[in-house]
Amino acid sequence: MRSRTNNIFYGIDWVLVLLYLALIFLGWLNIYAASVSENQNGLINFSTEYGKQLIWIGLSFPIIILILIFDAKFYTKYASLIYLGSLASLIGLFILGKNINGAISWYSIGGISIQPSEFAKAATALAIAKLVSDKQFNLKKLNTQFQAFLILFFPAVLITLQPDPGSALVYSAFIFVLYREGLPLYYVLLGIIAAALFVITLYFGYKLTLLASFVLFIIVILYFIFYRLKAFKRGWVNLAGIYLIAILYIFSVDFVFNHVFEQRHRDRFNILLGKTTDIKSIGYNTNQSVTTIASGGFFGKGFLQGERTQGNFVPEQQTDYIFSTVGEEWGFIGSAAVILIFVIFCLRIIHIAERQKTKFSRIYGYSIASIFFIHFTINIGMVTGLLPTIGIPLPFFSYGGSALWGFTVLLFIFIRLDANRTNEW
Amino acid sequence: MKRKGLLYFSIILVGCVFLIRLFYLQVLDNAYHNPIKNNSAVKVKYSYPERGYIYDRNGVLLVANQLSYDIMVIPREVKPLDTIEFCDLLKITKEDFIKRLNRAKHYSTRIPSTFLAQVSKNDYAYLQEKMYKFHGFYIQKRTLRKYPINSAPNVLGYISEVNENIIKQKPYYQLGELIGTAGVEKTYENILRGVKGVQFIQRNRFNKEIGPYKNGIYDTLPVPGKDINITIDTKLQQYGEALMKNKRGGIVAIEPSTGEILALVSSPTYNPNLMVGRERSKNFTKLYLDSINKPLIDRGLQAQYPPGSPFKIMTALAGLQEGVITTTSAVHCFGGYRYGNRKNAFMSCHCETHGSPVNLDKAIYRSCNTYFATTYRKIIEKYPTSAEGMNAWSKDVTSFGLGKFLNNDLSVGKKGLIPNGNYYNKWYPNVRWTATYNISNAIGQGEILTTPIQLANMTAAIANRGFYYTPHIIEKIQGTTIPKKFKKIHKTTIDKKYFEPVINGLFDVFEKKHGTAHSSKVNGIEICGKTGTSENTHGQDHSIFIAFAPKDNPKIAIAVFVENGYWGSRWAGPIATLMIEKYLKGKTNRPYLENRMLTGSLQDEYDKQLIEEENEKQN
Repeated sequence: MRSRTNNIFYGIDWVLVLLYLALIFLGWLNIYAASVSENQNGLINFSTEYGKQLIWIGLSFPIIILILIFDAKFYTKYASLIYLGSLASLIGLFILGKNINGAISWYSIGGISIQPSEFAKAATALAIAKLVSDKQFNLKKLNTQFQAFLILFFPAVLITLQPDPGSALVYSAFIFVLYREGLPLYYVLLGIIAAALFVITLYFGYKLTLLASFVLFIIVILYFIFYRLKAFKRGWVNLAGIYLIAILYIFSVDFVFNHVFEQRHRDRFNILLGKTTDIKSIGYNTNQSVTTIASGGFFGKGFLQGERTQGNFVPEQQTDYIFSTVGEEWGFIGSAAVILIFVIFCLRIIHIAERQKTKFSRIYGYSIASIFFIHFTINIGMVTGLLPTIGIPLPFFSYGGSALWGFTVLLFIFIRLDANRTNEW
Repeated sequence: MKRKGLLYFSIILVGCVFLIRLFYLQVLDNAYHNPIKNNSAVKVKYSYPERGYIYDRNGVLLVANQLSYDIMVIPREVKPLDTIEFCDLLKITKEDFIKRLNRAKHYSTRIPSTFLAQVSKNDYAYLQEKMYKFHGFYIQKRTLRKYPINSAPNVLGYISEVNENIIKQKPYYQLGELIGTAGVEKTYENILRGVKGVQFIQRNRFNKEIGPYKNGIYDTLPVPGKDINITIDTKLQQYGEALMKNKRGGIVAIEPSTGEILALVSSPTYNPNLMVGRERSKNFTKLYLDSINKPLIDRGLQAQYPPGSPFKIMTALAGLQEGVITTTSAVHCFGGYRYGNRKNAFMSCHCETHGSPVNLDKAIYRSCNTYFATTYRKIIEKYPTSAEGMNAWSKDVTSFGLGKFLNNDLSVGKKGLIPNGNYYNKWYPNVRWTATYNISNAIGQGEILTTPIQLANMTAAIANRGFYYTPHIIEKIQGTTIPKKFKKIHKTTIDKKYFEPVINGLFDVFEKKHGTAHSSKVNGIEICGKTGTSENTHGQDHSIFIAFAPKDNPKIAIAVFVENGYWGSRWAGPIATLMIEKYLKGKTNRPYLENRMLTGSLQDEYDKQLIEEENEKQN
């Protein structure tokens, strides 16, 4: 037994590790393509982005070793502490943070910037896993639900205040986890209805939406009166209450959109909903990125042959818009392959999560699958013009040390937990 | 277990949506695969052909080209630069630099736009060596117009940069390119311009040009612009401009046998070279905003005045054609024509015939109002209703090209006005109007408006005894023919036989002792003409003269209009005869008259009017 436990690689899931390495490698190739320019020689070159990324990748291996060295119990035991530490690092930003592009999301230490929100995801996942895996915990009860939401609420609010609402949105991923662990279905439905109402209100205007909802309400009432009179007599207060809340929600959507959102946020939605088509200024990024992807065609233009990538037509191409490089240089074949790798990667995590014997590991696994999934969905949705512009990175692909390490930590804690599944504790 | 399925299902769903979206974008949607339109890696380069030259009818070069150098900028390629040095080289201020760069950025960050236009040759020499320091800027060679002869600016017109409106209408043009916006430059834009050549150049991944795109299969060669000759006789034109100096008005001279415009003078004029070079916009604004002299208005084409007495010829010809007068029928004039019972229903006359019989000939050379008023009335009253009579008269008059667009190759023009029956039916909807309501039409006053070129054309039609060619400015186009419509004869409705007696009358205007232009008679040239004095509300009457010469086989028909020139024979008559003399003989023999015309000025009169106008405004 000793010899097995001394080997830190014992029991780890090599499929996941391989997928991880593949994603990192493909990501770096595309960062290289997006940021290479003339007169720059040498791969390990701290003045170029691909050079830096290579260093971040190199440095992620010691981090992996470090994560694997710790015993699985360490993560269960200190989950709360890690979470609190992470919250502290987020709060600290407001005192020591460095303002980059109007947001204080970064610590700057000796020329290296670190973004604590990238690590907060792992900490929150641990905290949720710890809380929900408690034997006393029952997600059917309102006060326990409240506890779970509180855990998500703190980091999300702190990140929103930076302000980095895109990264805060990632915490909505935990709805999958909580549902998996017994959160009633109507929370999910409520979320879907809220999102749908939001889009409908923006698209058709609040007056029309109110009218439509009123018509729907009358139809529902009539249905109950004619077919389920008994149920109606018991539940008409509930029905009226729900309708009232819906009305308030529709009003508040309009209010938030027109008075709380900034113009740039409104623009992003308006472009997506087809209400504005200004491709020169506000829709420029999306238009460039969609055009770039489309120009790749079926087979792509080949590595380093994408004129639009090499001509720097897409802003932020090596970070949030990295997938447009894949689209242009590797074509449909390449981008479909990347999509498939991500899908397999997420499904693999769920698969492994489901085989866990401890609730803690399973919840943690579910959390990271949801987080990867939400990043993947929002990022590629934005780059292909299906979702509004929300700047969050594509895991393992986008340029940036913090993001890479954050996702690495997220993944390898799970691999460590999984490696321990044979050792009951 | 149901609860496991949600995330599974969501992941697979999103994966499929993305695959479909990518398949649509990359495989199905062809909009992005247009090689030239959407391929930002292909740079489009234009080569501009030289614009055609413009010569006069005798081959004198009027418009040529000169080289100029524009500083172009592609904002996204601009790298931090030594602004002070750059501004020094271009002789602009830093604020100007920022303003210009922002303007270029506003237009497009990727497409080159003009940063500074028309740098002088000397500055170019310095710049050329320093340009490598300034990334994103480059020098574009361009050709500008050059006017070797300071004459006829409104005829030649000018070229200017296209604006976004023009680009919308004519997609051929791109921002910063030039287009003829007035005069011949405008009407013959397509011929003078030629066609620009296009080259598609492939850029490599570092945005460097690596050669023609697809071996140049989409490339085209520029087609050079063609030279043209215009019908202007430069010597005559310049002489006309000199004669009109310090007077406002226009001269139009036409060759009756072809319709070619020999001279088209508008005064005040300006030097065409003002429209070239860096000071261009300053100069243009100055000319454009000069609401007192209005130099950009071509008075020969655009000024509508009541024609006055020359119009009596129309009344005479219409009267002959309608059979209401003969060459011998006479009226008696006692200082005017009474057309109603009211006290002021009286048109005074200055023919001073004191009741002796006035026949057609005398009526013309002494310009008798009474005679023509009677004739006009007879024409109108010949028909059952006044409207029909009016229509018959109008038909005869408009057949001389009056009251309608001439449809020629000049970029501007005015219709003028020849009323018909309908016009007055509208004017007097509930009244049975008669000839006396508009009797002043008989003598070219009243509602009638004409432009000098219409009058000149009318004169040409009379000189031709009943037909005219559309007056035009184009004489020759290199390698092709001029439009057919300028070779087409337009017949008037007047029989040829009626012209001779009228022309005799016009001849007697000079020949008879009491002829209104007897003092302008030119020895050795048989000129036929008619003076005119057109009343107007502001200041002195306009001085008008039409003439053609020689009487037989006419070579030139001319109309002269001098604003506020008191009366016909005071300014317009001498100017017209001097022009004819100059054209037919090459020189003039009346130094005293010539000197009086050249140095004479009506500026005092114009100033007086301006002061009066200002006073009126203040009251």
